[in-house]
Amino acid sequence: MKTNQNSRRDFLATSLVAGAALAGCATKNPFTAEEIPDVKPSGEMVKLLSVDGEIIEVDKAFLKPVPELPSVMNTEAREGITGKKFVMVIDLSRCKSVKKCQTACNHMHHIHPGQNWIKVYPMQEAEHTAPYWQPTTCMHCDEPPCVKVCPVDATFKRKDGIVLIDSDRCVGCRFCMAACPYSTRVFNWEEPKIEKEILDKPYSCETSVPQKKGTVGKCDFCPDMVRQGNLPHCVSACPNGVFMFGDILEDTVTNGAETFRFSDLIKDKAGYRLMEDLGTKPSVYYLPPVNRNFPFENKADVEEPKKG
Amino acid sequence: MDKLKENKIVEDLFPQKFGKQGTIWVISLSIICAIGLFAYGRQLYYGLEVTAMRDYVSWGIYISNFVFFVAISLVGSLITAVLRLTDVKWSTPLTRIAEIIAVSAITFASLIIIVDMGRPERFYNLFLHGRLQSPIIWDVIVITTYFIISLLLLYFPLLPDLKILIAFKERNGKWLQKLYVFLGSFWKNKPEQFKITDKAINILAIAIIPVAFSIHTVTSWLFATTYRPGWDSTNFGAYFISGAFLVGAGGVVVAMYVFRKHYKLEKYITEDHFDRMGKVLVMLALLYLYFNVNEFLVPAFKMKKSEEEHLLGLFTGEFAPIFWFAIFTAMFIPIFILLFKKGRKPLPAFIAGVLVVVGSWFKRFLIVTPTLLHPFLPMHDVPANYHHYIPTWEEWAIAGGSLAGALLVITFFARIFPIIPIHETILETESHENEKHF
Repeated sequence: MKTNQNSRRDFLATSLVAGAALAGCATKNPFTAEEIPDVKPSGEMVKLLSVDGEIIEVDKAFLKPVPELPSVMNTEAREGITGKKFVMVIDLSRCKSVKKCQTACNHMHHIHPGQNWIKVYPMQEAEHTAPYWQPTTCMHCDEPPCVKVCPVDATFKRKDGIVLIDSDRCVGCRFCMAACPYSTRVFNWEEPKIEKEILDKPYSCETSVPQKKGTVGKCDFCPDMVRQGNLPHCVSACPNGVFMFGDILEDTVTNGAETFRFSDLIKDKAGYRLMEDLGTKPSVYYLPPVNRNFPFENKADVEEPKKG
Repeated sequence: MDKLKENKIVEDLFPQKFGKQGTIWVISLSIICAIGLFAYGRQLYYGLEVTAMRDYVSWGIYISNFVFFVAISLVGSLITAVLRLTDVKWSTPLTRIAEIIAVSAITFASLIIIVDMGRPERFYNLFLHGRLQSPIIWDVIVITTYFIISLLLLYFPLLPDLKILIAFKERNGKWLQKLYVFLGSFWKNKPEQFKITDKAINILAIAIIPVAFSIHTVTSWLFATTYRPGWDSTNFGAYFISGAFLVGAGGVVVAMYVFRKHYKLEKYITEDHFDRMGKVLVMLALLYLYFNVNEFLVPAFKMKKSEEEHLLGLFTGEFAPIFWFAIFTAMFIPIFILLFKKGRKPLPAFIAGVLVVVGSWFKRFLIVTPTLLHPFLPMHDVPANYHHYIPTWEEWAIAGGSLAGALLVITFFARIFPIIPIHETILETESHENEKHF
């Protein structure tokens, strides 16, 4: 019995070494084998919990940090989260173009300087109508024109309602950009200028990081955050609670501080969607800019050029 | 027909070596191509950053060039198929010119679309992950089909000519002889063979018409399937096809003149040909004008808010000079020249043809770019240079290189093969003479 357990312990130890070596070999592809490096035992032992719940001891020299792996596989990222249907509500009466949403989004997704996934438009429909700020994200349409035209299924609609881009598949034809009526898509015209550290991160269409040269990018509703039970970056970054995110099946949306029943909110405040007449069926709803928290002040009437 | 006359025809139409002019022409085109290749090398290295395209104007002169190539390639089907099926005899000497323009243009249309791609090395994804619902896949399918049919329509009528060429072993030199033998040594001028090719050509001539309509209709749908002002039009398919026939016919007139002049083919491409093609051009220009009126006048009458900015930009704004230049050079001036009998003489017809081709190129630019500068939501939160589109030298070099490349293909084709079908010309002269006898 004793010997049996010993051999089992040995087996676990070797497989752990092999696993660590396998995982440690390449940040790009964790599944290519590499020869096990010649490691000398240090004599310092570490206690670990095995998958069976047993405590085992392994020499410290055999341990290697597990590289960061994509949180989900590509097939899963294309499927989406079961039982969810995400929705966003943007309350125009609360927006004063602080643009914290934009900054947070740009920072977290390492977007090319000058480009933005979230844009905050100064809007005025007609001469005598009221001006207001209108932040736009990707509308994550239920009838997405971009998905219709993509020749290679690089942009796709998931069952949880999110429209994503697979930058590993995108051929860069830019048909989706022409098709999107909301001008929400951006293109990586050159090699992204980002730190090596980020560049080496394993790409996932759920994080959209790192951006890839010659492919299209856009707001992704931060499915990686949502998967962890967090709110998208723009929602948590906004100091005025403009963005509310949630699940239409649960009928709730939240900006982190307040939570609303989605249907009541839309009903009470007469929520609407952009360009309803096009039939794209967006997942982003807007609450009209009435009873505004802030007066509309457009400091930069003229577009200020950003560093590109 | 006596042997002497036949020999004269063969002698006249036999492919000739490049003269001094020809050599200069080929070298200049090659230099333009080389500059284009160099620019493309830069684009591959630095990315599409080297172009002036940005997030709003995401399609530029590459795509307009693509539309132009697809348009001009349509002439193959017009001259070979439509005129053949309607039993128009005078078009015989023009068929091969039209067909090589078609093949070469459609080849460069495919190349320029790859040039426009952000990740050309992933081209295989179109086959690996292709989705039939995307108009791009439709375009890939119909363009491939059109290319193959055009190639066959070029090849089958060439077979009897190859037999004639093979007979001149000394004159051809080693390489050409090898090529001719490889392509046509099985052809023995047997009646059964003629029966098969005649049937095949008839089938292809019928098949190419719907395919030709498809290539340009589908190309128009790349735009018309979107919501954008200026593209969101049910008129687009017909508008594109009429424009394509016009520019293609213009291209043929230009090529007719150049080949006639350079190879001294006055006996074969006669003034009568220019007269007839001139009339065809007038008809096609009027047709295109009709669709232009539909395309611009109807929305301009309503002036919907989303269309207003776009239309005013074309009529009186930023793009007005190019717009009116294109309308006048592609339609009004050629119509005016060619309406007169004197205008349908070779030289003025050639000038009208050049105007049509040049005007049509700019017309394609106007179809693609101005629309992209007028999105539904105003252009905002982007760097200042995203608001305009002025093509960079790399874009001009690549677009110019592709045009030069297409001309090179046509030039080399005329060097290797008789640009006017020898066999068919002999047959036709024979039947003419027989008619005279009776």
